[in-house]
Amino acid sequence: MASGLKKAYKDKVVLDGIDLDVRAGTTFSLLGPNGSGKTTTVNVLTTLLKMDSGTARVAGYDVATETKKVRSSIGVTGQFASVDELLSGRENLQLMADLHHLRGGEGTKIVERLLERFDLGESADKRSSTYSGGMRRKLDLAMTLVGRPKIIFLDEPTTGLDPRSRRTMWNIVRELVADGITIFLTTQYLDEADNLADKIAVLNEGKLVAEGTPEQLKRQIPGSHVQLRFGGVAPLDAAVRVLPGSTPDQESLILRVPSDGGNKSLRALLDRLDEYAIEVEEFTVHLPDLDDVFFALTGHSDAKSESTTEVIAR
Amino acid sequence: MSSDSAIMLRRNFKHTLRNPVAVFNAIIMPVVMMLMFVYVFGDAFNVGSGDYINYATPGMLMMAIGYGLSATAIAVSSDMTRGIINRFKVMDVSRAAVLTGHVASTMLRTTLAVATIIGVAFLFGFSPNASFVHWLATAGVLLLVIFAVSWLTVAFGLAAKTQESAGFYTVPLIMLPFFSSAIVPAAKMGPGVREFAQYQPFTSIIESVRGFLNGVPNNGQTLAAIAWSVGIAVVGYVWARSKFNKRA
Repeated sequence: MASGLKKAYKDKVVLDGIDLDVRAGTTFSLLGPNGSGKTTTVNVLTTLLKMDSGTARVAGYDVATETKKVRSSIGVTGQFASVDELLSGRENLQLMADLHHLRGGEGTKIVERLLERFDLGESADKRSSTYSGGMRRKLDLAMTLVGRPKIIFLDEPTTGLDPRSRRTMWNIVRELVADGITIFLTTQYLDEADNLADKIAVLNEGKLVAEGTPEQLKRQIPGSHVQLRFGGVAPLDAAVRVLPGSTPDQESLILRVPSDGGNKSLRALLDRLDEYAIEVEEFTVHLPDLDDVFFALTGHSDAKSESTTEVIAR
Repeated sequence: MSSDSAIMLRRNFKHTLRNPVAVFNAIIMPVVMMLMFVYVFGDAFNVGSGDYINYATPGMLMMAIGYGLSATAIAVSSDMTRGIINRFKVMDVSRAAVLTGHVASTMLRTTLAVATIIGVAFLFGFSPNASFVHWLATAGVLLLVIFAVSWLTVAFGLAAKTQESAGFYTVPLIMLPFFSSAIVPAAKMGPGVREFAQYQPFTSIIESVRGFLNGVPNNGQTLAAIAWSVGIAVVGYVWARSKFNKRA
């Protein structure tokens, strides 16, 4: 029962005072770019790192003083699959069962059930070093489940996975929630948080910049827009006149028009361009992504700050 | 806690068996070295009375201990650099078990290597003059040494930043027997090396074992061997614990 996690601490200013509140049985997502402090947060909450100041309670236990009790109620699946590569899938799971001191029959039963549930039966006796990225993550998560944790920390569970393995992982997470497990998910993908989380907190440079349900967050983002590219300055200028609220870029001949991306508004937009006989070379619908979220919430996008450092480096 | 160590020991031993290089380094390589020194060079060395194999066997036991260690350093380092250590740390597993598991599996593997060398030595005419008690004393000294260098090697593995450098840390332990009385008596070496060979730990250990196997225990060297081993074990243990606690 995750009653609530609160902390305010500094860790080489990786995390600069953070308050989180996760309700038991829900999925909470910490969203942020690389280096924003997601993994550090997970490491602190999972007792791997000590915080400098602040307090945190996981499953009702104090992370600093009731470390053992915290450890026995959580499971962690990190960014880099922590499986034993020299052991087979089955042996990896059996190792976990042994370490949880599950007695002979019970351990084997759980191992078999997890192999089946995660569709690893066929490769159960092959060394995990031969597994694909997706299979390794599945094995990793299965190993976490051996101890029947109440709370599972998933640190970027789909980073580096192909789209299909990603979907599989999402379905597994949904099943876990259905089983009543609390999920603490970190991700750098907005769509992942959007798909899975009941509540999202956006982390940037060690500070929380926004918190809320996916809907609340998306309302704060200026939203999707349509991007139009023209063959010359004349049609661009003409389009600016007939499309209110649009922002032109004279250099690249691109016009940004706010739009919700729905078929009705798109048809209306195209009709209007037709009406004034304005020729468009290229038409793209741009849905909000993490970059937009950051742009909206922090006033600078991740990509932009990267390109600045590049310039400085030169 | 001890059952966690046993689980870790089983895991590490499985690793060793699945790693042909480790098995080769730990068991085959010392045998090859022994055959080289005893069969190929042996007759060229004048070490005084008796068959060369009787002189060389204690030194070869020392080499057998040293050769397998790189596998342990690499295994410890790979545990630390991959994610698996975090999994163990987050689980309610005794943290010491991860290290004691490595020490135990190293001792097991090294003891096997030592037993193999003794077996091969007998095949090639090794004729010790030791009583049962002398054999027990030999086993005692060797086990203490193995225990000491196992902890030191675990500490090496924890101190190394990468797996590649971890193996390199154990090179001194492989080289030291060459600069000891393992192959020829220290008194026959050149100046500088001679003094080094006389006072380094492996010479004491080898001379102690040699004394027991010849049936004439060398009490001074045995005491020195025990002191060295206890010292190495303490340094290894303290170093390993502090490195382990520091690495998140």
